[in-house]
Amino acid sequence: MKINENLAISDNGFLFNPTTGESYTVNPIGAEIIEMLKSGETQERIISRLLDMYDTDKKTLEKDLHDFSDILKQYQLLSEDE
Amino acid sequence: MNKPVLNIGVTGLNAIDSPGPGVAVIRGLREAASFDVRIIGFAYESMEPGIYMHDLVDRTYQIPYPSAGTDVLLSRLEYIQSRENLHVIIPNFDAELYSFIKLEDKLMQMGIHMFLPTQAQFEERHKVNLSDFGKKYGLDVPLGKAIYDSSEIFGLQNEFDFPMMIKGKWYDAYIAYNMEQARTYFNKISAKWGLPVVIQRFIHGTEYNVTGLGDGNGNTIAAVPMRKQFITDKGKAWAGISIDDKKLLSITRQFVRETKWRGAFELEMMKTNDNIYYLMEINPRIPAWVYLAVGVGQNIPEALTRLALGKETPAFESYEVGKLFIRYSYDMIVDRTEFEKISINGEL
Repeated sequence: MKINENLAISDNGFLFNPTTGESYTVNPIGAEIIEMLKSGETQERIISRLLDMYDTDKKTLEKDLHDFSDILKQYQLLSEDE
Repeated sequence: MNKPVLNIGVTGLNAIDSPGPGVAVIRGLREAASFDVRIIGFAYESMEPGIYMHDLVDRTYQIPYPSAGTDVLLSRLEYIQSRENLHVIIPNFDAELYSFIKLEDKLMQMGIHMFLPTQAQFEERHKVNLSDFGKKYGLDVPLGKAIYDSSEIFGLQNEFDFPMMIKGKWYDAYIAYNMEQARTYFNKISAKWGLPVVIQRFIHGTEYNVTGLGDGNGNTIAAVPMRKQFITDKGKAWAGISIDDKKLLSITRQFVRETKWRGAFELEMMKTNDNIYYLMEINPRIPAWVYLAVGVGQNIPEALTRLALGKETPAFESYEVGKLFIRYSYDMIVDRTEFEKISINGEL
């Protein structure tokens, strides 16, 4: 997955897409995931890091990450790898 | 170093809910790095708020409506020039531009400089001619047709689905969802702005605007794209944010390069969900939100003034992305005598 490189994200989870002028808010976990995507982490690596950080199982995490990615794609913030 | 003081005439002082660009232009001029200004406001009506903003406008003269003709305007400008020694005039209304373009040479002989589109550019980009304009310059524009009678709408049903846009020659646009509405809007617009009325295919998408400046040789001197964040019931931006959309900027440069655009402009674009950018309208002047461009590092009114005076004007290379403008309204307390003076004498 490839996140829009220009995306600006603040510590408080405020997301600004400078290409479209649209802005969004995400919760702290969403912000962490976006930061990881921006630094080029793979999906597997993101899941592994989140498993270390949070008390949850892999299956739930995969499902939630998939849902979150779908929302990001819907807003054209994330695209499939080329 | 002492900066030169320029006397600049500015129209569009109607800073109302659907504002003219004058006040924003003047704010840009007052912040110019390369000159100081004395601002002479040109007003059409005595209730234009800019007339009474004495920290921005030094003196105001009423000028005749464009319908009075260029001779009447010229005579008024000769009178104003005899008193004010204007160096530059920046007209800011679509409807007055034709007169000022026609008078450009005569005003130059009087020592007044302007930097306007040529008459051919002004006519060609007119919304009545937008379809041909798009074909000629390779820009995507919505299908449009100028009509002179509401009965023509019936014949266009194969080409234009509902909803369709019904647009006035100069201003106003409505979305018509059925034939009844289309005819009503045709009548409303033609009564106010005359004929023809433009029928345009409705494009679903997000609206973006670009303000910029062309040097007349194909070079883009300034270009700032903006997304409206909040609009009034008339569709005017009440807040907007500067964005960095490479494709939008590339279309803007293409427009300036291909047309060799001379002067300021505003491009109204619609981006569809398929990422196609349609050029909806070209306004051949500075837009009312130009102060955003000034605020993000491209002082278009200053650059336009420099071009008008034939001074070297390098192209702006960047601007700040993610800056908002948020408009507000403000009540001034004005003495009745001021209203009297502009109403009776046509000067304040």
